[in-house]
Amino acid sequence: MKSKKLSRSGLLLTITVGLFLLMYISGMLIFSDKGFAKPQMFLNLFISNAGLIVISCGLTLVMITGGIDISVGSVTALVCTVSAFMMENMGLSAVTALIASLIIGLLFGLVQGYLVSYLEIQPFIITLAGMFFARGMTAVVSTEMISIKNELFLKWAKAKIVLPFGYTNNKGVYIESYIYPTVIVALLTVVLVALMLKYTRFGRSLYAIGGNAQSAVMMGLNVRRDKFRAYVLDGFLTGLGGFLFCLNSCAGFVEQAKGLEMDAISAAVIGGTLLTGGVGGVVGTLFGVLIKGTIASLITTQGTLSSWWVRIALSALLCFFIVLQAVIGSVSAKKHGARLA
Amino acid sequence: MKQKSFSWQRLVHARLFMPLVCLAVVLLANVIRTPDFFKISINNGVLYGYLIDIINRSSELVILAVGMTLATAASGGQDISVGAVMAVSAAICCQLLSGGEVSVTSLAAPIVLAALAGVLAAGLCGAFNGFLVAKLHIQPMVATLILYTAGRGIAQLVTRGQITYVRVDAYKVLGGYIGSCPIPTPVFVALIVVIIMAVILKKTALGLYLESVGNNGKASRLVGLNSALICFMAYVICSILAGIAGLVASSRIYSADANNIGLNLEMDAILAVALGGNNLGGGSFNLTGSIIGAYTIQALTTTLYAMKVSADQLPVYKAIVIVIIVILQSPVFRSLIAGMKRKRAVTVDEK
Amino acid sequence: MSQPVILTMKQISKAFPGVQALNQVDFSLRQGEIHALMGENGAGKSTLIKVLTGVYGLDQGQVWLDGKLVQIRSPKDAQAQGISTVYQEVNLCPNLTVAENLFLGRQPMKHGRIDWQETARQAGVLLQKLNIEVSPSAMLDECSLALQQMIAIARAVDMNCKILILDEPTSSLDDEEVARLFTLMRQLRQAGVGMIFVTHFLEQVYEISDRITVLRNGERVGEYETAALPRLQLVAKMMGKDFNDLAVIQAAPKGQVDPGSVPVIEAKGIAHSGTIKPFDLTIHKGEVVGLSGLLGSGRSETVRAIYGADRADQGSLKVNGRPARITQPLDAMKLGMAYLPEDRKKEGIIPELSVRENIILALQAKRGLFHLMSRKEMAEAADRYIDLLQIKTPSRETPVRSLSGGNQQKVIIGRWLLTNPDYLILDEPTRGIDIGTKTEIQKLVLELAGQGKAITFISSEIEEMLRTCSRIAVLIDGAMVGELTGAQLTQAQVMQTIAGGKTVQEDK
Repeated sequence: MKSKKLSRSGLLLTITVGLFLLMYISGMLIFSDKGFAKPQMFLNLFISNAGLIVISCGLTLVMITGGIDISVGSVTALVCTVSAFMMENMGLSAVTALIASLIIGLLFGLVQGYLVSYLEIQPFIITLAGMFFARGMTAVVSTEMISIKNELFLKWAKAKIVLPFGYTNNKGVYIESYIYPTVIVALLTVVLVALMLKYTRFGRSLYAIGGNAQSAVMMGLNVRRDKFRAYVLDGFLTGLGGFLFCLNSCAGFVEQAKGLEMDAISAAVIGGTLLTGGVGGVVGTLFGVLIKGTIASLITTQGTLSSWWVRIALSALLCFFIVLQAVIGSVSAKKHGARLA
Repeated sequence: MKQKSFSWQRLVHARLFMPLVCLAVVLLANVIRTPDFFKISINNGVLYGYLIDIINRSSELVILAVGMTLATAASGGQDISVGAVMAVSAAICCQLLSGGEVSVTSLAAPIVLAALAGVLAAGLCGAFNGFLVAKLHIQPMVATLILYTAGRGIAQLVTRGQITYVRVDAYKVLGGYIGSCPIPTPVFVALIVVIIMAVILKKTALGLYLESVGNNGKASRLVGLNSALICFMAYVICSILAGIAGLVASSRIYSADANNIGLNLEMDAILAVALGGNNLGGGSFNLTGSIIGAYTIQALTTTLYAMKVSADQLPVYKAIVIVIIVILQSPVFRSLIAGMKRKRAVTVDEK
Repeated sequence: MSQPVILTMKQISKAFPGVQALNQVDFSLRQGEIHALMGENGAGKSTLIKVLTGVYGLDQGQVWLDGKLVQIRSPKDAQAQGISTVYQEVNLCPNLTVAENLFLGRQPMKHGRIDWQETARQAGVLLQKLNIEVSPSAMLDECSLALQQMIAIARAVDMNCKILILDEPTSSLDDEEVARLFTLMRQLRQAGVGMIFVTHFLEQVYEISDRITVLRNGERVGEYETAALPRLQLVAKMMGKDFNDLAVIQAAPKGQVDPGSVPVIEAKGIAHSGTIKPFDLTIHKGEVVGLSGLLGSGRSETVRAIYGADRADQGSLKVNGRPARITQPLDAMKLGMAYLPEDRKKEGIIPELSVRENIILALQAKRGLFHLMSRKEMAEAADRYIDLLQIKTPSRETPVRSLSGGNQQKVIIGRWLLTNPDYLILDEPTRGIDIGTKTEIQKLVLELAGQGKAITFISSEIEEMLRTCSRIAVLIDGAMVGELTGAQLTQAQVMQTIAGGKTVQEDK
């Protein structure tokens, strides 16, 4: 029984972690001369993707219930631009900008969640509208790119946290490894969300809803309420992730974070979250993000390939995992079907 | 029993009533703002005026709306990759025409051939979408999300990240004017697409099949329809039409701008379908409604431009419109309203 | 049987538009008894259960629980009052573990978080108490359906239920699994749980139930001690007689069959693993062959395999003497077959399309994409069948969903007649249809046979079959156990065969 238990979620997670290791190690071997093997290279994966990690965690929650949110990229752009606008053009503090970011995220979560859960409208069409709305609102706030020069903000963004390991380069100089605070926030989010999914009734309810919403109703769960809460939490995390994204880019503009929704969905799916819901988790999603980051690093390190390859490779990978899920799904359905028929 | 008296009830419930009212409202708003809105004059031998501009600019959208209507009917979901597919088609066509150069003044390949290659590439995109939706039963929007993101990347790769210019008069015809004809060519393209589709729907059973499959796939199979194939076909057609729209858009600017061709048009196309009175959940469809919807959206776009709303801000308004439409279409919302009405009726009775 | 009565339902009535689903039905349940609720489709079993579990409100009547008049507002409310239901499709989450399914929504908590150890421990205790052999950490979708049923029961029992409704729990189980389920049920009976057992398996009813209530056409036929009700009588009570329409067609002439002719359908050894065992079936021109058996006996599956709606695993089929390969319904249609499915709503009508489109759809599909029928042809065809079958519709362009059930069924019949088939499969064509239309359809079947069409007729009503069929094949548990012809075609004989020849002999 134990080994079988690995079946769906375990199998997908193993594939993901294996794939990540395979990609990273082959990257280390192929580009060892270009610094791929340095520890900082690995840490940079977290630094440049801190925002995406948080956003993907939120999206994972929604996807576990069998829903989806494709507005996250645009909401990120909105959060960044509003933050930048507040700090640079209105002279407000970084704290105010952070609070505003969280509120924007929450508002999107509330509205989209209400429409999806209580009015039972397809999440895709609602969040598609949300995606266009947020992108448009970004342009309403500012059509120009705003660079952030707020002192406190930059202090947050650039506060190096030195880690107790590093490496010595060929000139014999010791170079220390570091991360930014954003990484800690991101990892903390992963841990908290993972604990919530595992140890709260709400978290388990999300899995039940994704597994079989009808059953969940019959078992006395408040499906609408919990689904709504998932979207609200997703919105909140998008707001937070958007702010982390902003700390990394230190700017806000209309075209920002284009296609981020795709990155987040890919990360979740590659990390073993089923598009149909019920199976998945944020640890897998974290690895999904790392895989996306590794692809990006590999392509940048390689140097001659266009950056568009990142998105194409990621899409291809997503496509592969979707087909994989469909195959695993149909196999287990067949196993079942024989009995049910 | 002679002649049925004019009935408001019936008029309001006619399928094209809402789309036409929306169009009328937008046009009326324009007339109030700009009294010479309907004025059409001839400048430099071509027709000129707000109305002509709207009809011309909506050509691509009309073509997309036709395809989107079919995909929606068959699958109950939308194809959000159409904008990206437009870019792919344009990129391939221009790249063939320029022979790989960034900017050319003479053609490296016959236009017809290049155009066909572009449309074929679009068709392949459609086959990919169709396979995921019809065979693997992946939600249409997730399936098409892949090309929505990757499509522009592919287009960038084809044009090597540059904007390929084809500065040849012959290539400008599709998005410009044929000889001394005063009417812009895109209008004809849209018209031809609509006519061809109308003929196909009139002469073949495609329309009936699509509606049947979208409405009840299981029952359709039992009466001998190949539900998966029909759904697949709808996606292929949708993408081929997107490819044609891409060529028109590319010809207008005689270049392949992978980043901007067809940008945000997927939203407009979905909106056109919804405005046209079609249920986004699939089943029965109404092509005329979608076409009117497309013109309405373009009129709205033009109006908003005239009101100094920037192109980037437009989606805000459209998103609001689409949310309102889907809320109105939502069965839960309808039953809520019905419940309220009933309650009100009861309280009135009690009084 | 001195056990106190825990549930009394008095004079329950419930109507849906066009149908009186329940008409003044009484029902009572004692503590620690297994009470079988019997009846064919449309008898009102599921409506009664849905009223009891708060899914439907009731139009009239009272529900008394433990001597108190109660109102059940929702399934959750029912659960709170101690009424739990276990359905054929298990209402658990396949993606979670057994333990989690048992305690979902009521997990033991410690320090504000779920105590998984305690959950596993309690699950283990519960499973052991009920003798369910499964590891609490197993995933639900790895458990057999029988286990899933038992886990659902365990969850219900643990939630302090006094009344347990088992709605067709054994439909998808094999004999061994049924035996395990019954052991559990007996154990619960000992513990004083009152159980309502809905099933269509006679064997099982006699094996485990204490009392039987039979419903037919929304009315209670009666309540009986199981031991005092012979099997044959039970079948008779379930099937009943429809005296109303008996008067209309009296021994109408049945089609003349030339047994020497090439059979229209000749099936040999067709089977579908898990549902139907290999069977032979031969049908001639002008013959109406009935397929009888209780619900779930495989009668629908048999015709679906012939028609290609579900692909048969083995066996061969000859149509008009020529070997035929059918991989999809269109193949069957091209060979002159037509199939009216059992589930009209899900597999029959295309609800949003008009009456006209629904009628011409099959013919159009047969002709192909590029040979669209002209509007005139469609209109004529539709009008012809609206007229011929007397379909009551405001116009031929009315969406078919707004028609009554009987008229929807006529539309589907019209759809198939339009294709001019040689062989018609009619699966429960008269279910949920008013008496008048029923008689019309029966007459039509005989008429069609008279025109030389081969027909397979499936119905839950024996009377109806006797009136229309020249031969009746009987199925039990997916196997064809007998074919009755000529003088054998009597109600008693058919019922005896359905009730299982073997046990009939034992009864003697």
